Parts: sequence; structure tokens; C-alpha cells
Amino acid sequence: MITILIILSIGLAVLSIAQLMRVFEASSRLKGDSSPLPTDAENKYQSKMMLVFLFGYFAFFAWLVAKYGDKLLPVSASEHGVALDNLLNFNFAIITLVFVITHVYLFYFAFKYVFNKDRKAYYYTHSNKLELLWTTVPAVFLAIIVIWGLGEWIDITMDETPDDAVVIELYPKQFDWTARYAGSDSTLGASNYNMISGTNPLGVITSASLSEKIAELNEEIAEFEAELADAPEGGLKEEELTEKIAKWNRQLENVMSFESLTTLEKGKDDILVKSEFVIPRGKDIAFKFRSRDVIHSAYMPHFRAQMNCVPGMVTEFTFKPTITTAEMQEITGNDAFEYVLLCNKICGAAHYNMQMNIKVVEEEEFNVWMNEQKIFAEGFVDDGGTSTATVNNEVELTMIEQ
Amino acid sequence: MATAHTDHHHEETFISKYVFSQDHKMISKQFLITGMLMAVIGMIMSSLFRLQLGWQGESFWILNFFLGDKWAPDGILDPNMYLALVTIHGTIMVFFLLTGGLSGTFANLLIPLQIGARDMASGFMNMLSYWFFLASSVIMVVSLFVETGPASGGWTVYPPLSALPQAMPGSGLGMTLWLVSMSLFIVSSLLGGLNYVVTVINLRTKGMTMTRLPLSIWALFVTAILGVLSFPVLFSAALLLIFDRSFGTAFYLSDIHIAGEVLERTGGSPILYEHLFWFLGHPEVYIVLLPALGITSEVIATNSRKPIFGYRAMIGSILAIAFLSFIVWGHHMFLTGMNPFLGAVFTFTTLLIAIPSAVKAFNFITTLWKGSIRFTPAMLFSISMVSTFISGGVTGIILADSALDINLHDTYFVVAHFHIVMGLSAVMAMYAGVYHWFPKMYGRMMNRKLGYAHFWTTFICAYGVFFPQHFLGLAGVPRRYYSNSEFPIFDDLVSINEMVSIFAIAGAIAQFIFMFNFFYSIRRGPKASANPWGSNTLEWTTPVEHIHGNWPGPLPTVHRWAYDYSKPGKEQDFVPQIVPLEDGEQDGGAGH
Ligand code: HEM
Ligand SMILES: [Cu+2]
Ligand SMILES: [Cu+2]
Repeated sequence: MITILIILSIGLAVLSIAQLMRVFEASSRLKGDSSPLPTDAENKYQSKMMLVFLFGYFAFFAWLVAKYGDKLLPVSASEHGVALDNLLNFNFAIITLVFVITHVYLFYFAFKYVFNKDRKAYYYTHSNKLELLWTTVPAVFLAIIVIWGLGEWIDITMDETPDDAVVIELYPKQFDWTARYAGSDSTLGASNYNMISGTNPLGVITSASLSEKIAELNEEIAEFEAELADAPEGGLKEEELTEKIAKWNRQLENVMSFESLTTLEKGKDDILVKSEFVIPRGKDIAFKFRSRDVIHSAYMPHFRAQMNCVPGMVTEFTFKPTITTAEMQEITGNDAFEYVLLCNKICGAAHYNMQMNIKVVEEEEFNVWMNEQKIFAEGFVDDGGTSTATVNNEVELTMIEQ
Repeated sequence: MATAHTDHHHEETFISKYVFSQDHKMISKQFLITGMLMAVIGMIMSSLFRLQLGWQGESFWILNFFLGDKWAPDGILDPNMYLALVTIHGTIMVFFLLTGGLSGTFANLLIPLQIGARDMASGFMNMLSYWFFLASSVIMVVSLFVETGPASGGWTVYPPLSALPQAMPGSGLGMTLWLVSMSLFIVSSLLGGLNYVVTVINLRTKGMTMTRLPLSIWALFVTAILGVLSFPVLFSAALLLIFDRSFGTAFYLSDIHIAGEVLERTGGSPILYEHLFWFLGHPEVYIVLLPALGITSEVIATNSRKPIFGYRAMIGSILAIAFLSFIVWGHHMFLTGMNPFLGAVFTFTTLLIAIPSAVKAFNFITTLWKGSIRFTPAMLFSISMVSTFISGGVTGIILADSALDINLHDTYFVVAHFHIVMGLSAVMAMYAGVYHWFPKMYGRMMNRKLGYAHFWTTFICAYGVFFPQHFLGLAGVPRRYYSNSEFPIFDDLVSINEMVSIFAIAGAIAQFIFMFNFFYSIRRGPKASANPWGSNTLEWTTPVEHIHGNWPGPLPTVHRWAYDYSKPGKEQDFVPQIVPLEDGEQDGGAGH
């Protein structure tokens, strides 16, 4: 009902505007103003509006800076981030200058040189001098930006990672993260997607997880075979099960081939955590990223750090945290402040809620925390992480209302 | 297209005139109206998802009205549908409005008319180009209605997300239709583009040397070359994706465990797709932008009553931009784990593009200097285009810097940047083009007062929508987020989102002023004169009533460049290109 009313009133509105237009046009025809060109009054008015817009635009910019300038990211909590922020500020200074100057000229000229039938425009086709000027000046500024920018880029991406770095793997899937520490041997154990199971979400390969996975696959194959024996002959079900069994057998073969790996013990002391991971202040943290299903991106804005997580390859990023969570809580004046890891590559319905907290603590505290964690060999219980997101709207709704 | 002028008759039937027309002027109108209809869909989508973003998790009956109980139960948008809306919105805006719609309309209208040709080199190919475009539009729209929803992986449709139906509902039939639609779209672009290139090279009238071409033609010509060289690469990307989706190949897939099972296909890489996609994707932004710059050049020169400043530098910068646009695609992939050295190279080439772009902006501004500016709606839109081109362009300098991109990649800063520099610039220029050439297309004038109202609401709302988004990005808000209330760190930004949504919806409503003006003026606008703006270019020497072959007599001969406005010693403030040079008179563009 409401819909019909709305459609009706829109229709009426359009009709009445049409009628108004006709009256309007008839009257302007009567006034003898049928030129397609703007009248002097219109030109004058629009030219003034150019100036008004210029000030309005700058005022809007200034207002946004005043209102939201302090709600942006707080001071960088990583070493390279401070350098990046300086570079960013330098860039902003330059582009704001360019923005202001060009806009002043653009709108001021538009205001000043409004049409005047007694004044002929200046026939000015080109000027090599001017054009050279505004090719070289931007080139010089850009050269500075390139050199400085690439300097930072090389520092961040190409520096050798020191041996005492804390090695952490971040492993995303739809829709949560798992972090894995290399443990006492500082080496991440081998892993493979064929090994993934409920108790081994990253597919870490150790002798124990191998035999567990082999047993699991065998068990499942046996189940399928039992089902197959009961399935009616020649049916769809039979075909499906036969295919499944073949597939499981191929996976089993793959998994068994890992038995010959020489690094089977490296994964035993790895530590897997969900919901939150802890890192020590002042040490390099060498992140490695993989992905279980689709592309995700590990984004840690407070550390000015981001790297895509791509299935089938390992990517890396290293940074050194410089501010602990407690200190940042003081800086921001917010007791509840937590560093977060977000997903920043579209990955499905709950992409917007793939989070993990990051806690930065002093090194001693970090060591204590590490010692409290269970190592992989002691079994890993998937607590589901913090990601409460589901595709289900009702759950969504109650969450937002809370 | 039922845009019938009932007042003139040719011997053609309705079908051959309006439906299967091979006349470039009619095809241009077909592209324009199809593009506009698609844009309305894209715009409504943006208003719908802006409702969710502005007032997160609140219920709106209008969401339910458009999307039904499945995708907006109780008026609350479903997260999958949010992604679907964003995806199709982006696809429509970039491809259907600003590639097909913009190039299709103005290349078709202007190329034959401004170079003095009777029609395109191949009228038949031209017609096919439109029909492929229409078919692809229809399929894209149909994909909105499939059970599992349309493609939802973002307009870039990166695999594996887009390759595996298990990954999200939108990667099912909806994604297949998306690929089919895009394949047809690419065919349309290629048919059109080849035609434009050939026409400009071969069918210029006597005296129309390359250095006398209006900049609009230069821009459309180079755009067509870009399209012809880059769309086939997108086609191959799409083809491999179709193979991965339907024929069990693994070009883009490896080491995947999804929906509780191992995916047995290994050995590919999603990064391959990204390379192929962006090899088109970056030139694509110039495919959108160059015609916009070309239109702006024409409109600014005409309405400033002044030659475009630095004609040759403008051509040079179009060529430089076009060349460079092929070697910068990696700036979309700084964080994919590519070799940092390669990243450095892409940073360098990307920043190089800023130079010819800056030259263009400065030349536009200088064209205004000491002009005699007539503020037609087209001129206002062109001035605003220069403003958006600069405002959006400068933030590109930041994003081009691989180091700075680490923290800004895929945030709302990027959304602000590309909307302003590409979306707004091209939309503003497209409006400028429509207001400017409407008399040529329909033989009537649009209403100026409504034009002013449309311009100011649009311009103000446009910045109101996209300027604040820089701040969201600098606060670390990622794009393609259904909601950011899950993260307490974003709680301070609620009011930005609300403000943006209000501007977005107001801006969307303002477009109906234009729609009304457009369709009303087609039927009832005052009759246009042959050369209402006092322009130099050839299209204004044709009769107001469209005829096949454009000129009733022999083709015009060109004697001078297109920009002899306010030339000293001339009576009038414009000298059309068909006027012979006087004794000893220098041609403005050539020489020097
Ligand atoms: C009515 C005005 C418009 C509004 C309010 C609007 C708003 C938005 C928003 C909020 C997004 C989602 C950002 C994200 O979450 O990633 C988006 C995406 C996008 N928009 Fe617009 N937009 C508008 C017009 C345009 C125009 C004119 C273009 C043409 C270039 C455009 C092209 C895109 C593209 C390419 C995307 C990315 C889609 C994706 O992420 O897959 N939009 N728009
Ligand atoms: Cu994600
Ligand atoms: Cu690009």
C-alpha cells in the first residue's frame, strides 16, 4: 500500500514539474529570451558561485581535519611506521599545497574572467616556457618523493631479518585467523593443506599428526566403503561414494609421502593460538603468511603493516613493535584499547569481522606468556576464535543490538 | 529506443532506424540511453548499501522492497548481498557507464562528425558493437535475479574467491553470468574500438591532418587503441577463470582446503590472475579518463572563447599517459608478495604518469586565464571535472608510493581516491558532454536552469560523499566491509559514515533532475540552432536534423585547427575549421 502511494506521489511530482517547466518556458519565450547561451546575469551569478564554492570546499576540508584529525590512527606502534608517517606527512604537505594553489587559480580564474561581450579573450595558444616550467617542477618534487619513498620501501622489505627475530605464521581461513609461533627451535614445522583436520587447523606435519591424519583418512575411507556396500547399485549415490573413496585415497597417498620428510620434529614445539597473539616490544617480529582457502590480507594498521595471504604461496613481513598495549592505552586515553589484526582482502560474507587482537608486552612478560602456552605436540583445541560472525542474519542482529 | 522524433521521415522503417540502426548518430544515442539506464541501477545499488553503511544494522523498508525477504529480511541487508551490491555497482559504473556508455556515446557521435566522415568505417560492426553491449548489459541485469545472488567477489573478482562456488554464494551461477556478460562486453569494446581507430586513421576529410584534430578525437582515438590492446588480456583472464570454474583446470588454484575438503587442483596461482586483470585494469582507468579529458578540452575551449592552451603538449600528454598506463599495473599488487624490486619499478613508473597528468591540469587552468567564460551547464561540469581530476589525482601520488601503500591499500582512502579521480571526473565530463552535444544529438536544447540545479547539487554531493572517505581510510577502515561496528577502534567514525550516506542519497536523488531534463527536452526542449555555442568544430556545420551521411553536399574541407577562438583581427570570436586561412594567416595549432 505504502509502496503504491509512494510511486503515485513520485509520478505526480514528475507531472507537476513538467507542467511548471512548460509555464516557465512559455514565459521566457514571451520575454524574448530564447538564446541558448547563459544571460549576463546568469554568467555573473555562476562566476560568483565559483568563488563561493572555492571557499566552501576549503572550509569543508578544514572542518573535516578539525573534527576528525585526531580520530585517525594514533602514533605508529612500530619502528618503520614512524618513518612511514613522516613520509606520509611530507607527501601530504606537498599535495595539499598543490591542491590549494591549483584550486585557487582554477576557481579564481573562473570567477574573474566571466564572459564580457566587450572584451575579447586573449588568444594564447601555448608557451614553451610555461609548459617546461610545469613539467620540470612536478618532476623535481616527484623525484624527491620517489627517492625518499623507495628508500623506505627498501628498508622495510629488503632488510635482512635478524636471527633472534620472533617468527610467527598468520594463517587465515574463512573467517578467522590462527597464529603459530616457531617455538623453542625458532623454526616453523612443515605444513601442508592435505594435513588439515579439526585438531590440526594449519596442517602442521609432525610424526604424531601424520599418524593421526592417516588413521583419520583410513577410518573415513572405511566408512565410505561400508556405505557403498549398502548403496543401491548403479545409483547416483554409488557413483558419488566411489569418487569420494578415490579422492580420499589420493589424499592418503599424498599424506603418506610426508613420512619421508626429515623435518618431522620441527613442528612439535610450535605454538598455535587463536583470538589473540602476543608479541614482545623491541624485537623484530618476522611474520609469514599462508592461506587455507581464498586470498585474505593481514592488516595491522597500528603498526603500519599489511601483507596479502595467498593460497599456494608464503608471503612475509617483518616489523618491530615499539609501544606496548598498556602504553598505547595511555597514549590514546582509552583503557579498552587493543591492537587489532583485520582482514583487508574481500574473502566472503564475514570478511568484515575477521579479527584477532594483538597484545604488545615487554619481553620478560612475553617469555612468561610463551611458557604458559601449550605446544602443538600437546594437542590443540580450536576454541573458534573471536569471530562470532556468521552469515545468519538473526545472529547478526542480536550482536549489533548488544 | 523510443526516443522518436515524429516530425521527420525517411524511408527507413522503425526497426531499421531505431533498433538495428547502422547510423553512428543513432548508435551513439543507443549507447547513451543504455548506459544511463545501467547507471541508474548502479546508483540505486549504491544508495542501498549506503543505507547499511550509514546506519549499520538498522532496518529500512526500502531495502526489503528492493531486495526481498531473502536478501534483506526485516529490512536489514544481508552481508552477502552487501558484497553483491558493491560488486555489481562497481562493475556497472566502471564498465557499463564509463567505458561502454562514455566511449560508446561520444566516440560514435563525435568521431565521424568531428573528422568530417559520412559514418564509421564499418556501420555493421558498429551496430554489432552496440548489440553486444546491450546483450551484456541484459545478462548483467539478469544475474541480479539468480537464486544464489549475483557475483560478489568485488568488481575485480579475484580467484579463488570467484573461482569456487563453495567460497561464497555469489560465486555460483551469478559469477558465471558475470563472466559471460563481461566476455560479451569485451567483444563489444573490441568491435567498437577497432572501428574508431580505423575511422580516425582513414576517414578524415580533406585538410584534417592529425595536428588539426580536436583533442576530443585525439582522446577517443588513443582510448580506442588502449582498449584494443588491453581488453584481450582481460578476455584471457576471464577465459582461464571460466576454465577453472567449469572445466576443472587449476590456472589460479593451489593448496586449497575449503568447505572441509581438500581441493585437488594445484599448481596455479591467483597472482597470475591479478597480473592479467590489472594489465587491463590500469589502462582501463585511462580508458575511462581520457575521453573525459578530451570532452573537457572541447567544452572549456569553446566556453572560454579561447584556444586550448598547449594543444601539442595536450596531445603529447595523452600519448605519454597512454604509453605509461601499460607499465604501471603492478601498483595494485604491491602487497601480493611480489619481489620488492619490482614494486620499486612500478612505483617509479606510476609516479611518472603524474607528470603528463599535471601538464593537462595546468593547461586547463591556463585556458581559463584571460578567457571570456560563458557558464553553460556543460562548462560548469567541465570546470568541476578539472577540480575532481586534481583533488583525486594528488592522492594518487601517495598511493603510488609502495611504502605508503602498505598502510592504505584497500582502505577507504583508495575508495576516495579512485572515485574522485576516475568516477567523478568521468561522470562530470560525461554530463558536460551530454549538455554540450545534446543539441547535436536531439536537435533541441536542454533546460539551463535545471542544468544549474543539477550541477550544483551533484558537485556538492559528490565531494560530500567522497572527500570524507579519505579520513575513514586514514583511520584504517578497510573497504568492502559490510559493517565496521565490529571494531571498537572505528567507533569514533560513525558520524562520517552517516554524513557520507546522506550526501550519497541526496546526490542520487539529484540525478533525477537530470533525467527529467533529458527526457523532457528530447520531446519538448526548444529547437536548437545549427551552432548554438559558437563552436569551430565540424559537427556544428551539419544540419540540425540528422541525415545519413551527415553533410547534405560534399564533405567539408578543413583549413585550420579547431581552436581559433577570439583570434585577433577576426570579427567574430570564433573561426570554424572550414573557413580558409587568409593570406599570411598562421594556423594556430600547426607550425611553431
Ligand atoms: C552515487 C554515487 C556513488 C556512491 C555513493 C558510491 C559509493 C561506493 C561505495 C561505498 C563503494 C564500496 C567501497 C568498498 O566497500 O570497497 C563503492 C565501490 C565502488 N564504486 Fe562507487 N559510488 C558511487 C559512484 C561511483 C561511480 C560514478 C563509479 C565509477 C567509477 C564508481 C565505481 C566504484 C567501484 C569501481 C567500486 C569498487 C567496487 C568493488 O569494490 O568491487 N562508483 N562505491
Ligand atoms: Cu577478508
Ligand atoms: Cu592502476
